[in-house]
Amino acid sequence: MPEFSHITKQLIESYPVFFKGMLITLQVTIVAIIIAVFIGLLFSFLKISGRAILVRIADLYIYLVRGTPLVVQIFVFYFGLSALDISMFWSVTLGLAFHNGAYIAEIFRGAIQSIDSGQMEAGQSLGMSKMLTMRRIILPQAFRRAIPPLGNQFIIALKDSSLAAFIGLNELFNVSTTLGSNNFDYMTYLLIVAIYYLILVLLFTILVGMLEKKLAASDK
Amino acid sequence: MEKKDMIKVTNLNKSFGDLHVLKDINMSVTESEVVCLIGASGSGKSTLLRCLNFLEIKESGEIIIKDEKIEPHSHNLNEIRQKVGMVFQHFNLFPHMTVLDNVIEAPTHVKKIPKPEAMKQAKELLGKVGLADKVNVYPSKLSGGQKQRVAIARALAMKPEIMLFDEPTSALDPELVGEVLNTMKQLANEGMTMVVVTHEMGFAREVADRVIYMHDGKIVEVGKPKEIFEKPKEQRTKDFLNSIL
Repeated sequence: MPEFSHITKQLIESYPVFFKGMLITLQVTIVAIIIAVFIGLLFSFLKISGRAILVRIADLYIYLVRGTPLVVQIFVFYFGLSALDISMFWSVTLGLAFHNGAYIAEIFRGAIQSIDSGQMEAGQSLGMSKMLTMRRIILPQAFRRAIPPLGNQFIIALKDSSLAAFIGLNELFNVSTTLGSNNFDYMTYLLIVAIYYLILVLLFTILVGMLEKKLAASDK
Repeated sequence: MEKKDMIKVTNLNKSFGDLHVLKDINMSVTESEVVCLIGASGSGKSTLLRCLNFLEIKESGEIIIKDEKIEPHSHNLNEIRQKVGMVFQHFNLFPHMTVLDNVIEAPTHVKKIPKPEAMKQAKELLGKVGLADKVNVYPSKLSGGQKQRVAIARALAMKPEIMLFDEPTSALDPELVGEVLNTMKQLANEGMTMVVVTHEMGFAREVADRVIYMHDGKIVEVGKPKEIFEKPKEQRTKDFLNSIL
């Protein structure tokens, strides 16, 4: 094990390089999550549409994502999209969005179906269309219920973005292995990158907790 | 002068799978009339009520609302439901909105009434049901009786011509039943056409113009409350009344 003082010294010295990597990690994760939320919403609607063909399409998508390793999906996106002149950043981001969209679709589906059917009936009995009731009454409540599992999924996505290192994107994990091999000092840089991930996850957790609290407050 | 029919139901049938819950129902409700549907659980009275605003879709038969025969597949049900308000057993208030927002939601989003005007009307209605001081409160902070009165105000905000009540006091603590029934009485006195599914026989006796007794998906007996409660003709009505009174 490297000594504590050595790790601290390297942590400070390597800060500019890691910081750049961290920005890339955050960019990939945040953009991927935003896209994934839209994909998730779309496929959750397909799942609850009640139309066999649409449900099948959503099931197939979710099965493909759950049935294959993320690293395979990232490679497929990378090699598939590079033929279309799409950058490495975007191949990884889209791959990660494609992957998380499936899990988020299931999170939304569960949240929407957990809302009491009386809410839809109340909206409709007031002359509101199904669509309007969905938008104004069901979804705001479902979103609230989805926040804890969504937060969890976001954290998973943040850590999963490290797989982008395998296709050479210069995100956090790649920075640590590169520095480790250049300095013949893997352990030090792996521990340093672990610290970065821990801090990011902590920040995410606090953020989600704040959001949850803020939304819960309006119920009181 | 003969009052005109607000609701006319002819040979209505409804099944859930193999269960035939409404069997050849014929009934009508005239303007300003208060009709109470009574009967044991599972007799089909809630289903009948829900068919009247198309939350349940009939299988066969005819439903005429204000001289218009309504076919669920060809009519715009959202428009019809604006005329037919509904109050539910479990209130079904929107928990993520304040009392005021609950009441103005449909007027502003369906009827497109400007918000200031909708708010003014909503406050009047909430004042009428005795909840003027609760406009900015979320439903979770209200008692059951208060929730149900908000639900009544919310339905009235659409200016319906008919109000349906589906066991509006069944989920309430006994001491809160009175405040909701009083609000409903007030509404009846103002001339609202009402169909009420209820287990409150006192209310039916006092407020209803007619009482309909249902058993096993059929209408067994219809009459003025005095007739039904004091001189029921049918044995099944007698048995039911004996079992609950």
